[in-house]
Amino acid sequence: MSRVINLNHNMYLVYLLWYFNLMLSVSAVELTFELPDNAKQCFYEEVTEGTLSTVEFQVVTGGQYDVDMSLESPKKEILYKGIKKQFDSFTWTAAQTGVYTVCFSNEFSTFSHKLVYMDFQVGDEKPLPGIEEHLSAMTKMESSCSHVHENLNTVIDYQTHHRLREAQGRKFAEDLNTRVMFWSIGETLAILCIAVGQIIILKNFFTEKKT
Amino acid sequence: MKSNILPSLYTTIFLVSMSCLLYIVDGLYFHITETERKCFIEEIPDETMVVGNYKCQFYDPKTGGFMPSSPGIGMHVEVRDPDDKVMLSKVYSTEGHFTFTSHIPGEHVICLYSNTTKWFSGSQLRVHLDIQVGEHAVDYGNVAQKEKLTELQLRVRQLLDQAEQITKEQNYQRYREERFRGTSESTNQRVLWWSITQTFILLVMGFWQMKHLKSFFEAKKLV
Repeated sequence: MSRVINLNHNMYLVYLLWYFNLMLSVSAVELTFELPDNAKQCFYEEVTEGTLSTVEFQVVTGGQYDVDMSLESPKKEILYKGIKKQFDSFTWTAAQTGVYTVCFSNEFSTFSHKLVYMDFQVGDEKPLPGIEEHLSAMTKMESSCSHVHENLNTVIDYQTHHRLREAQGRKFAEDLNTRVMFWSIGETLAILCIAVGQIIILKNFFTEKKT
Repeated sequence: MKSNILPSLYTTIFLVSMSCLLYIVDGLYFHITETERKCFIEEIPDETMVVGNYKCQFYDPKTGGFMPSSPGIGMHVEVRDPDDKVMLSKVYSTEGHFTFTSHIPGEHVICLYSNTTKWFSGSQLRVHLDIQVGEHAVDYGNVAQKEKLTELQLRVRQLLDQAEQITKEQNYQRYREERFRGTSESTNQRVLWWSITQTFILLVMGFWQMKHLKSFFEAKKLV
């Protein structure tokens, strides 16, 4: 009896360790950060071999809305290099375990700082606790729930992209609004200065200079 | 018999989940200098929970690598809401997590910097960071344990949370579109009124110039 209990205990430990291993190569981080002009920002992530990973980025504001991006493997070979791209997505399967580097560069720009959104996904989404212990097939209810979950994930993903595009348009409109204000004030002052200046200079031509 | 297994099982679960938590923190990382301030922007709807986990490591010049744990440095976490008001400003230890819930929809800025006393850049710091927003921030293991839900109930709970997040985001989208429309209309108005004003000022200045010059030449007896 105690042997059966020990076996159950060991099986549970095996499940937990397997879950732990699953957690090792699972993470998804979305970050929006500012990249100053002439700057380079790198992110590093440890990825285990055979894990399907995705890097996605989009430039939200700044200049020509472009940025350089490069992806390096632990052996320093370049897996992806994009020059002056506005948005892109790259999926790869890790050939070796190690630290993969994603670098964003704004070194070609002299005065526009950029706002970049980045999404680094390693492995699949981690399953709900308890679900992965199912060695038998899922019931119809469970599989349709799982299907709904995947669809909702897609919806959230589309919403994120829509939000980024809308933020791009909105920030440009706000920038335009302030620029119109400043330029109008500047032009009005210029008109006044030029009008008064013309009169003064003209009067100067016709006045005899007292020698 | 059950009482023999359960305590060791729970300790195993506790240990594994604790180590899992530690490993999750060891995800994405980046390097900053000691005096540098790194900010991240999260554009979120209102009443959304954001959880951040971070770990900070000091560069060890002796080994040329990063020390696994460096006590003594603290990490200052500052969160600002869209109105630029400080929501959270605390100094944490080298490893920790912070949580906040947004009350206003918009861009929240999360800034991290070390509480060093140096004035110019010191050594390098490696910061591991993981920020989860909304539904991703909920710990379903915890929820299942506390409310004793079955797998299907937990899955449905997750779907409900996701649907709620989608609804909030849609609502936020409506608010943002309203702002965008307001900005565009304001630009339109500004262009209209400033053009009229400038044309009017031009005409007025033109008349004033002619009148002034006429009176000037008449005084000079040139006309």
